[in-house]
Amino acid sequence: MSVTATPAAPQHPAQGHRVAATHVPSGGLRGELRAVKIVWWRELIRFSRDRLRVVTSLVQPFLFLFVLGEGLSSIAKEGTHGVDLKTFIYPGILCMAVMFTAMFSAASIVWDREFGFLREMMVAPVKRSSLVLGKCLGGATVAGFQGLIVIAIAGLVHVPYAPVMMLAVFALQLLLAFSITAFGVMAAARVSQMQSYMALMQMAVMPMFFISGALFPISGLPTWLSVLNRIDPLTYAVNPMRQVVFAHLTINAAARRALTPAVTWFGWAVPGLLEAGVVLVLGLVMLGIAIAEFSRVE
Amino acid sequence: MQDAAISVQGLVKRYGEIEAVAGIEFEVPKGELFGFLGPNGAGKSTTISMLCTLVRPTAGRAFVGGYDVVSERDAVRRHIGLVFQDTTLDGYLSAEQNLRLHAELYGMPREHVPARLQEVLEMMELWERRKTLVNHFSGGMKRRLEIARGLLHSPRVLFLDEPTIGLDPQTRSSIWSYIRRLETEQDITIFLTTHYMDEAEYCRRIAIMDRGRIVALDTPDALKASVGKDRVQIHTENDEATIVALRERFGLDAQIAENLVTFGVAEGEQFVPRLFAELGQQIRSVNLSRPSLDDVFMSYTGKTIRDAEASSTDQLRQMATMWKRR
Repeated sequence: MSVTATPAAPQHPAQGHRVAATHVPSGGLRGELRAVKIVWWRELIRFSRDRLRVVTSLVQPFLFLFVLGEGLSSIAKEGTHGVDLKTFIYPGILCMAVMFTAMFSAASIVWDREFGFLREMMVAPVKRSSLVLGKCLGGATVAGFQGLIVIAIAGLVHVPYAPVMMLAVFALQLLLAFSITAFGVMAAARVSQMQSYMALMQMAVMPMFFISGALFPISGLPTWLSVLNRIDPLTYAVNPMRQVVFAHLTINAAARRALTPAVTWFGWAVPGLLEAGVVLVLGLVMLGIAIAEFSRVE
Repeated sequence: MQDAAISVQGLVKRYGEIEAVAGIEFEVPKGELFGFLGPNGAGKSTTISMLCTLVRPTAGRAFVGGYDVVSERDAVRRHIGLVFQDTTLDGYLSAEQNLRLHAELYGMPREHVPARLQEVLEMMELWERRKTLVNHFSGGMKRRLEIARGLLHSPRVLFLDEPTIGLDPQTRSSIWSYIRRLETEQDITIFLTTHYMDEAEYCRRIAIMDRGRIVALDTPDALKASVGKDRVQIHTENDEATIVALRERFGLDAQIAENLVTFGVAEGEQFVPRLFAELGQQIRSVNLSRPSLDDVFMSYTGKTIRDAEASSTDQLRQMATMWKRR
């Protein structure tokens, strides 16, 4: 039996049966919420597919915590008044872990532009604000998972598993992750190449992390560093994080004074809620800018 | 409200100095398969982007599905389906997940989604592959999935921007068999751009675009007829004598090409019977061919589509730079 080559045309076209055509109702708030939800859901799916990312984005925070924290502990003994250096750094690491993940989440916008998917979203009959909001919430959620992992290792650095503390820490992490994602999305609106985006993020995020006081107490700093520290937005996430964690530690008064000084504005100690407020407001402002950027039409 | 599926009036788009679209007018009635033909950089993609509300016109108006592309942007978006030149699928999601995402973004009534999803996937013969990650799809399958996605929300107008670009000839012809089936089976207007002349033949009407302007708009047959001459090739006992006879009796200038006596004549079908009756030479076979759309493009723009592409490359490069700067 001979087999003849089949033509390129499909061999058994589907029958011309008709399913009732659908219609797309004019969106309204419900439509916008569905858009927010689906963009958020996509972030989660993609994160769950990318297990390597879960691991790699924790490498750097854990290096800081365990290698730096352990390595410097002998020369830091005097200053920490008996508190393990790892315990002191831990709140900074709680922030760092979510920062990196949030940053990577926002980076997917740059990918989406390069691989075209961004267009599919941009032509949908929904507001751009819904897309940007979904993205930021997605970034915050994904980063939240990473945050949970770091919370889970509290015992290794002598921090008790106090439910109130863990909740407060997690809330701060979500807030920080949301703001960092908004920052990343804002940057991604302008930067069209992955390399440039990554370079920009490194340039912004590492100094922010170092200056924030994640690795050192923020009292008694030279003026220039003190000024930079107060300008650094991350200061207002790291400090309340440390206050929350240290409130649940039993340490001597000298250590508490030395390690957990309040952030001051011209001598006035800024309350923790206001600090969190600063992070929230900055996040919302950047979200607003990101939305404006993505809403522009040529 | 406009009656036509697409209505364009004096549409202009300038990017700085460059006039990508220089004032075009046309209408596409409902249900038509309408082709936009022209070399790269002629302004086809810019026109499609304006019709899809992605680019704001510098001047002029356009209505799609009866809605103004500027003032009723979301209404336009709800009623169109889009397939871009470059893929816009999420490769890390399955085919089905890509469609579900689309259904949500377009706010489709949830109860319609499963049936529509199955219908469009079956139509494009991807139903069996719905669980596969898009990254594992071939180029042709991706294109079919994009067409399926473009159809999911039952748009009134489906825009296909170079639907077969970058595909091998087999896949191209397969994609076309799907497009032509859509035309006959679905109640939809299809607007597509292409720079493949042979593909434009399938369209009911085509507009030829060159340097931002529409230089011709009609059915492929009418356009070809407007070029005039059909090409006739005959195989005879005595070529020499035939050429002389053609000159003397019909005033035609014939040559030998591809070992056949070849000449051009208007309305070839009507000429052939006269040829047999009056030539006085034995004819073994006749081959009559209509002018191709390549000839049409040539006659309207004075250059072949390849030449036109070469000359517009610089302009294209400039536009690409501006596009990236957004």
